[in-house]
Amino acid sequence: MAIEVRIPTILRTYTDGAKQVEGTGSTLGELFTDLDHKHGGLRDRLVDDGGLRRFVNVYLNDEDVRFLAGLDTPVKDGDTVTVLPAVAGGAS
Amino acid sequence: MLTIPRGLRDKIVAHARRDHPDEACGVLAGPAGRDRPERFIAMTNAERSPTFYRFDSGEQFRVWRDMEGNDEEPVVIYHSHTATEAYPSRTDITLAAEPGAHYVLVSTRNSDTTEFRSYRIVDGTVTEEPVTVVE
Repeated sequence: MAIEVRIPTILRTYTDGAKQVEGTGSTLGELFTDLDHKHGGLRDRLVDDGGLRRFVNVYLNDEDVRFLAGLDTPVKDGDTVTVLPAVAGGAS
Repeated sequence: MLTIPRGLRDKIVAHARRDHPDEACGVLAGPAGRDRPERFIAMTNAERSPTFYRFDSGEQFRVWRDMEGNDEEPVVIYHSHTATEAYPSRTDITLAAEPGAHYVLVSTRNSDTTEFRSYRIVDGTVTEEPVTVVE
């Protein structure tokens, strides 16, 4: 079972420069744990104690997983998960 | 250095003025690896706030996917400050996640002039750069 995971530029230091990696799992949370075994430290950039990190966008196919079930979102073979750091900022 | 066509610079300024007092935000896309901004993409500020901006996540996904399909990259990421100077705030610096982009800050705090400045933000370090406007 393979799920394709697209990695943004800023996180490619964890994947030896690869813009796409593969993982397994039946939920997004399991997938991230699986990825962390092969690419140590990656999970910490995606998840904190509260769940998905606030300024990281994760999409299952073309839907933001915040509108699905977050880390509990089911994933399956053939899905594509895309990670994009949120573009955000403010006056202070 | 940021080299930017006048037309694109004017579109950024017009967008910032239109959305004032909310922060405006967007992207200039250009061919990958060429450091030339060519295509103006105004983005919705999902926060709709005078002190914070965030690209709508669905819009960001589509724009990033389109850029990839066009072999483009985000050359400029711009946003406006509506009551403070056109300099990256601590939040701007913490959240900057495109090390290859030029971060353009516009300030609309004065109604007669618009400040337009550009920066590189890499690993938490801000470096201002000159802006060259071309015809």
